[in-house]
Amino acid sequence: MAQHQVNYASAAGLPVALTSVDKLINWGRSNSLWPMTYGLACCAIEMMATGASRYDFDRMGTIFRASPRQSDVMILAGTLSKKHAEFTRRLYDQMMEPKWVISMGSCANTGGMFNTYSTVQGVDRIVPVDIYLPGCAPRPETLQYALMMLQTKIRKESADMNKNTKQNLRTL
Amino acid sequence: MRKYTPKDNVQGKAYYTDRFWVAPSVPRRDVSEDAHFSALLEKISERVAVKDAYIQIGQMVVHINPEDNIAVLTLVKELCDYAMCTEISAVDYLAQDGEFEIFYQMLNLKKAKRIRIVTRIKEGQAIESAVPLFNSANFAEREMYDMFGIVANNHPFMKRILMPDDWEGHPLRKTYPLQGDEAASWYEVDKIFGKENREAIGPENRDPARIDRYDTKRFSRVGYEVPFDADVSAGEKKTEIAYSDTLLVNYNKSSKQLDERR
Repeated sequence: MAQHQVNYASAAGLPVALTSVDKLINWGRSNSLWPMTYGLACCAIEMMATGASRYDFDRMGTIFRASPRQSDVMILAGTLSKKHAEFTRRLYDQMMEPKWVISMGSCANTGGMFNTYSTVQGVDRIVPVDIYLPGCAPRPETLQYALMMLQTKIRKESADMNKNTKQNLRTL
Repeated sequence: MRKYTPKDNVQGKAYYTDRFWVAPSVPRRDVSEDAHFSALLEKISERVAVKDAYIQIGQMVVHINPEDNIAVLTLVKELCDYAMCTEISAVDYLAQDGEFEIFYQMLNLKKAKRIRIVTRIKEGQAIESAVPLFNSANFAEREMYDMFGIVANNHPFMKRILMPDDWEGHPLRKTYPLQGDEAASWYEVDKIFGKENREAIGPENRDPARIDRYDTKRFSRVGYEVPFDADVSAGEKKTEIAYSDTLLVNYNKSSKQLDERR
């Protein structure tokens, strides 16, 4: 975050570090990404494994929250049926800005092998997706990597979400 | 002329069938070969009209009239120990015969025997519910209503079970396409954003290998790389691909050689 090393001996002993507001806010946002506890299908098993002790999401500051109102990230882990689509969108709407979406696995990305009448053909039809994870199901490492990519993305963004490119779905 | 496709059955079919293929048929045995079943059939035929009866894979299949279903089910449950109704569902024979076939799969736990009670109804005709006899019929008949549109009379809660309440059509009918009709393809968009936003979302992509030439958000072209989300409708500038000229394998030499890179 800080551009310079803080030297407590200089500057009359004042602990001064210079940075920009963008960097400070994005540092906070990117290092405490709280996903929602929300599993749709078998990918959720991998998501749980990522959160458990072996892969340990907590060490990245990622703690699953049981409420959309406390979450920043929505991990759509699994097949989204058309019956459930409106509830997914409602949960997304209940999340506070700024919020991000990870589409996890083939089914969430494109409908996957469920090329049928009852499956949403890609969750990007109902919520704006930041990161698509390939795989059926993706390994926990893939989800960890996706989260790190999301952190990188957040650090590049402006802290003012209005300045960032808004996708159509966010404004609809 | 356009090729004729039957509209009463739009389900997927095998694109090739062997001319000499003979579909295996399940052999039917006579009911008189089994003492238990023949005694049971005698009891059933005393009460109601039995159209057909035979043994298939060790199970007796009894064809009856649809109005007799409760009488037969009561009989086999109360007097013949068929205390369990494991499955109720239907088969769509509308294209062939203009009828649905409804079956009740019954289990005798004392003798470890199974029978299937089969009946046929026309489209739009209702059948009497088996819920007063078997609680398991509750969900099974709701699913039958959901998937085929067959109404069970006097059912306590005749409502769709799997599909949403405002769904159009009954998915297991042969006239229902696997990938859904018009209403199904826009269902989630209409529900969440409203019909007026159909244009903004766009139709579903049902082609798993689709590539959009002008979509620079999701696709890139090797040798024609452009910035993310750039407009390429006017054409992209060609960027030459620089391959590494390090010699990995020299095909002019003999087959066994080491990597010559330093």
